[in-house]
Amino acid sequence: MIELKHISKSFSGKQILFDINAKFEAGKVNLIIGQSGHGKSVLTKCIVGLHTPEEGQVLFDGRDFVQMDGSNRKEIRKEIGMLFQGSALFDSMTVEENIMFPLQMFTDMSKEEMQDRANFVLERVNMTGSNHLFPSECSGGMQKRVAIARAISLKPKYLFCDEPNSGLDPKTSIVIDNLIKEITYEYNMTTIVVTHDMNSVIEIGDNIIFIYNGQKWWEGTKQDILTTENQEILDFVYASQFMKQLKGKLST
Amino acid sequence: MIENLGKYFMMLRGVISRPEKGSLFWKSFMLEIEKIGLSSVPIVGVLSVFMGAVIAMQTASNMDSPLLPEYTIGFITRQSTILEFSPTIISLILAGKVGSNIASELGTMRVTEQIDALEIMGVNPLNYLVLPKVIAAVMMFPILITISMALSLWGGWFACVQTGLSDTETYIYGIRAFFGDDGTGDITYALSKTLIFAFLITTVSAFYGYYTKGGALDVGKSSTKAVVQSTIVVLIANLIITQLVLI
Repeated sequence: MIELKHISKSFSGKQILFDINAKFEAGKVNLIIGQSGHGKSVLTKCIVGLHTPEEGQVLFDGRDFVQMDGSNRKEIRKEIGMLFQGSALFDSMTVEENIMFPLQMFTDMSKEEMQDRANFVLERVNMTGSNHLFPSECSGGMQKRVAIARAISLKPKYLFCDEPNSGLDPKTSIVIDNLIKEITYEYNMTTIVVTHDMNSVIEIGDNIIFIYNGQKWWEGTKQDILTTENQEILDFVYASQFMKQLKGKLST
Repeated sequence: MIENLGKYFMMLRGVISRPEKGSLFWKSFMLEIEKIGLSSVPIVGVLSVFMGAVIAMQTASNMDSPLLPEYTIGFITRQSTILEFSPTIISLILAGKVGSNIASELGTMRVTEQIDALEIMGVNPLNYLVLPKVIAAVMMFPILITISMALSLWGGWFACVQTGLSDTETYIYGIRAFFGDDGTGDITYALSKTLIFAFLITTVSAFYGYYTKGGALDVGKSSTKAVVQSTIVVLIANLIITQLVLI
């Protein structure tokens, strides 16, 4: 479980996050949603340690990540897998080398064991046989799947996904969403997905927090979000014509 | 500027630490030897031959006094090449080639979140990405400069013989003249400053690449800044070293 207590962050005197408290439970897909520029990515970067919050605690199963020294932080980092918006695969490495990189860095596995593990996770993300492709030879959806495979290669306890569907077509988005959901349940991981894709919210959101103007504005489940009367949520969820028409049809 | 200097030294602190995994460091190091060193041999070779030829021809064309012996051509070519042209000019050329390569590679990794990915995995990105480049450059630059010295002297000989400005015997006498203890001292001086240039070029370029912010356009800007700044730093360092060692 990951717990946030009173997280605040500012840049050059401008406050971005205001006193955020949240709990993200293990075995659940936790979503952070909100409009662009309202602080979702900054919050995520505070959780994974790419930004240091000015105030507050980030607790990974009770261990305060903010106050930790470098070596303890490193131990927690080994338990984190992250899927970046642009996949962030290493261009100079093949798919297999990308997946084996964390294993080479942090384990004493033999080459055969690492290859077995790489083949296993590639099979898990339906990418069997693509070991020797370079990231530039993969489509956007394939790159995301390889990135997921790399993220889970060290069997992480915590998985972070930053806008996993950006740049993907709706069908591939569903494949990626389902994959995230399946591996979360399968490995009982604490998964946090940052998104503003409403399809993802409905598909995979077990627990959703809505960030508005740097504050935690709302929290609930995917069922709650469809019935809430909160105006900011409604503005966000029904921003597109498609969703408005859908809501109209459903209400009639 | 002071802020950047502080940031540069903070970066060095991250770079200069024990590699986390020896096998991965060795693999990166060997790749950098190829990228920084071996791939630079052709450009260094071509430049050095022409540089030596031009130095020899210009020396010959400026020797108006009949009191100056003909072997002066070889002597001046050797002194200019060893003391200045090979270590400094070739380092400046390498600042362009190697510096822009380092800055654009790290800049691209930064804007595509590859550096963030390393950091989140618990890898020290500075140590993993920059240290192999620095060590490879510090090892390969002196070798490249030594090759440059030899080819430059050969270029000078070739120009002299082909244009009839001097003959082989006189040219070789010139490049060997007064090359006692001082001569080897000159080579030590040249190679020592090359080590410093190699360190400065790689770390300054890595600094601009590593701290790139923005997108593709900013990677280009970082690359340009890296080349300009490392060139200036090399020139300043050259002046200081010359003042300290030779004057």
